[in-house]
Amino acid sequence: MYNMNSKTLYDKIWDSHCVKSNKNGFDLLYIDRHYIHEVTSPQAFEGLRISKRKPWRSSSNFAVPDHNIPTKDRDKGIADPISKIQVDTLEENCDNFDVNKFSMNHPDQGIVHIIGPEQGLTLPGMTIVCGDSHTSTHGAFGTLAFGIGTSEVEHVLATQCLIQKRSKTMLININGQLSNGITAKDLILYIIGKIGTAGGNGYSIEFGGAVIKALSMEGRMTICNMTIEAGARAGLIAVDGKTIEYLRNRNFTPSDTDFDKAVEHWKSLKSDENATFDKVVNIEGGDVQPMVTWGTSPEMVTDINGSIPLEAGKIYPSALQYMGLTPGTKIRDIKLDKIFIGSCTNSRIEDLRAAAEIVKNKRINKSIKLAMVVPGSGPIKRQAENEGLDEIFLSAGFEWRDPGCSMCLAMNADRLNPGERCASTSNRNFEGRQGQGGRTHLVSPAMAAAAAVAGHFTDIESA
Amino acid sequence: MVKYKTFKGIVAPLDKNNIDTDAIIPKQYLKSISRTGFGVNLFDEWRYLDNGQPGQDHSKRKVNTDFILNKKPYNQSSILLAGENFGCGSSREHAAWAIKDFGINAIIAKSFADIFYNNCFKNGILPIALDEKDINTLLIECSKLKEFKMTINLINQVIIYNADDKIHFNIDPYQKNALLKGLDEIGQTLEDKDLIKSFEKNHKNEYPWFFK
Ligand code: SF4
Repeated sequence: MYNMNSKTLYDKIWDSHCVKSNKNGFDLLYIDRHYIHEVTSPQAFEGLRISKRKPWRSSSNFAVPDHNIPTKDRDKGIADPISKIQVDTLEENCDNFDVNKFSMNHPDQGIVHIIGPEQGLTLPGMTIVCGDSHTSTHGAFGTLAFGIGTSEVEHVLATQCLIQKRSKTMLININGQLSNGITAKDLILYIIGKIGTAGGNGYSIEFGGAVIKALSMEGRMTICNMTIEAGARAGLIAVDGKTIEYLRNRNFTPSDTDFDKAVEHWKSLKSDENATFDKVVNIEGGDVQPMVTWGTSPEMVTDINGSIPLEAGKIYPSALQYMGLTPGTKIRDIKLDKIFIGSCTNSRIEDLRAAAEIVKNKRINKSIKLAMVVPGSGPIKRQAENEGLDEIFLSAGFEWRDPGCSMCLAMNADRLNPGERCASTSNRNFEGRQGQGGRTHLVSPAMAAAAAVAGHFTDIESA
Repeated sequence: MVKYKTFKGIVAPLDKNNIDTDAIIPKQYLKSISRTGFGVNLFDEWRYLDNGQPGQDHSKRKVNTDFILNKKPYNQSSILLAGENFGCGSSREHAAWAIKDFGINAIIAKSFADIFYNNCFKNGILPIALDEKDINTLLIECSKLKEFKMTINLINQVIIYNADDKIHFNIDPYQKNALLKGLDEIGQTLEDKDLIKSFEKNHKNEYPWFFK
C-alpha cells in the first residue's frame, strides 16, 4: 500500500539538508562536502576576493589539481605555462582561503572523484558538490552528489549552501545477473543506449535490483559516474554492507565509536519499500553484452556483435562523418590507433586488474601507436605496483603513467591527433573531447585491453 | 548582475540535438583563470578550420565560412535556436560565459541539460524550452528570411516574431525574478546567515562525523 511517510533515498537526504524551504519550490540546501579542482574554481575564488568574503567552513572543502597535470616526468613540473598558472592559482587560493589540498606531488593526489571515496571524505548521507559534472560518482555511497557551475562553487564557498530545486526521481532496477565478463561499464552504456542521453533530464536516478547489489563499490561508482551521461545530475545507490566495509579505516572516515554511530545512520540510507518514484525503468541484467560506442554521443552505442546501424546514415550523418565510419560496418572491424585506460569512470584497482588479466603474457598489436594506463590516484598506482600490474602492462607495451584526468579530456599533453581512433575507458565521446579531430569509442577496461591486443575491437573471450 | 530586459535580436538556427559543452567551448580555453574573453572561442572547432590555442591572435585564424555564426547577419545573433539536450556534458560555466560574451542573450531549445540550464541564470542568459512543434515553426520561419528577428519579453513570458505572431513560454517564477532583478544570490543567501548557523549546529550534533 502507498504510504505517505515512505520516502525515497533522495528525499531522505534532501529533507535532512533543507535549511529553508521556499514556497517557490527552491530550497536552501546545506552542503557537507565540497570538492574543488583547478579548472572550475579560479573565478569563484576571484569572486570571493572581490566581494571580500571568506569560506564559510574551511574543513568542508578539499581541493586537488587533476585536469591539467602531466602524467609523466612530474618532477620536471608543468611544461605548458597556461596549465601551470592554473595549477599554481589553485595552490595559492587554497593557501589564501584556508582550503585543504592534495598538491600535485602529494602521494595521495589523484582524480577528484577517485580520491574523495578513497580517502573516506565521501560519507553516506552527505550532500556533496563539486564544479564538475561527474560528481554524480559519489552517489554510489548513498550520498546526494551533483555537479555545479563556478558561480555555485562561489556560493557554496561563501554560504555552505546552495539554492536548488528538488528533482524528479527515477528508479532503474537491474534484475537478474550480468553474464560472465560483463562489467558495470557495459551496463551503464547499455542503460544510456536504452533511455538516451536526455532520458534523465530533470531526474535524479536511483539504481537498484539484484545486479546493483552484486556489484562492488568500484562498479557502483562507475554506474553513478556516468549517470550524468544519461542526463541526470545525480545517481544514487542505497547503502549496504559493502558500502560500510569499503569505508572502514580510510584516512578520513570516523574512527571507533563514531564509526559505529555513523553506521547506524548509514543503514537507514535506502529508499523505503513503498516509496514512489516519478518513473521506474526495468532492465534485465542478462541482456547486457560488452558495449562499444560508435558515434559522438554516449547513446550511440551497440554491442560487440553489432554493427553501425543502417539508419544512422540518415539520422546521424555528421556523427558518422566525424567518426569516419559508414553504416553497416561491424564493430569488430573497427581498427584502433590508441588505447586509453583511465579516467574517473574506470581507473580504480578493479579496472586495472581486469585490463591486466587480458594483456598478461601478451603484446599490444603492432598497429597500436600508443596504449596508456593512467591510474586514478597515487594509492591505486602503488597498490597496482604491489600486485605487479605495472609489470604486466609494461611488458605488454603499455605506458604506465602518473594519476590525473589525462586523455579523458586532453587538457594536458595526452591527446589524440586529428583522425586518430581510440578505445577509451572514459565517459565522453564528444567531438574533440580527446583532442581536436580525435575519434573516441567508449568501452570497459577489459574491452580496451582486448582491443589493444587485437588492434581492433574484439570479444574479451577471443582476446 | 545586470537586470534582464526585453530585447529584439537576430535568431541563429543550430538545428542539432545534444550540443555539448565541449563543442560550445573546447577544453584548451578552460585554462583561463578569468571570466571574460571566451566569446571569440564560442563553438571554436566549428567556427575555425585550424586547431585553436589560448592566447592566439584570432584575427589571423582560418575561419570556417560555412558555419552559421560566421555568416552575416548571424554573426550579430543574440538568440540561438537548437534541438534537444542543449548544453549536455561538463559543468563548465565557461560555456555560458562564452555564449554571453559572444552576445547571445537567449537560447531556445527543445530541452536543456540541468547544470547548463542553471548556469544560464547566473549569467544573464535566458534558456527557453519549447515543444517540438513550436521549435519547428520557428525553424521554418527562420529559413524563410535572410534575417529572422524576434522579440523576447521575459516579463510577459512571450516570444514575438513576424510583427504579431506569439509563442508563450514557461519559466520558474524564482528564476524569472532572479534574471529580471539581476539578483546577487550569495548576498541573498547570506541574509539567512543565522538560519544557516542554527541549522549547522543541529546538523553537527546529529552527524558529528561529517564535521571532522
Ligand atoms: S577524469 Fe575526465 S570526467 Fe573525470 S573529472 Fe577528469 S576530466 Fe572529468
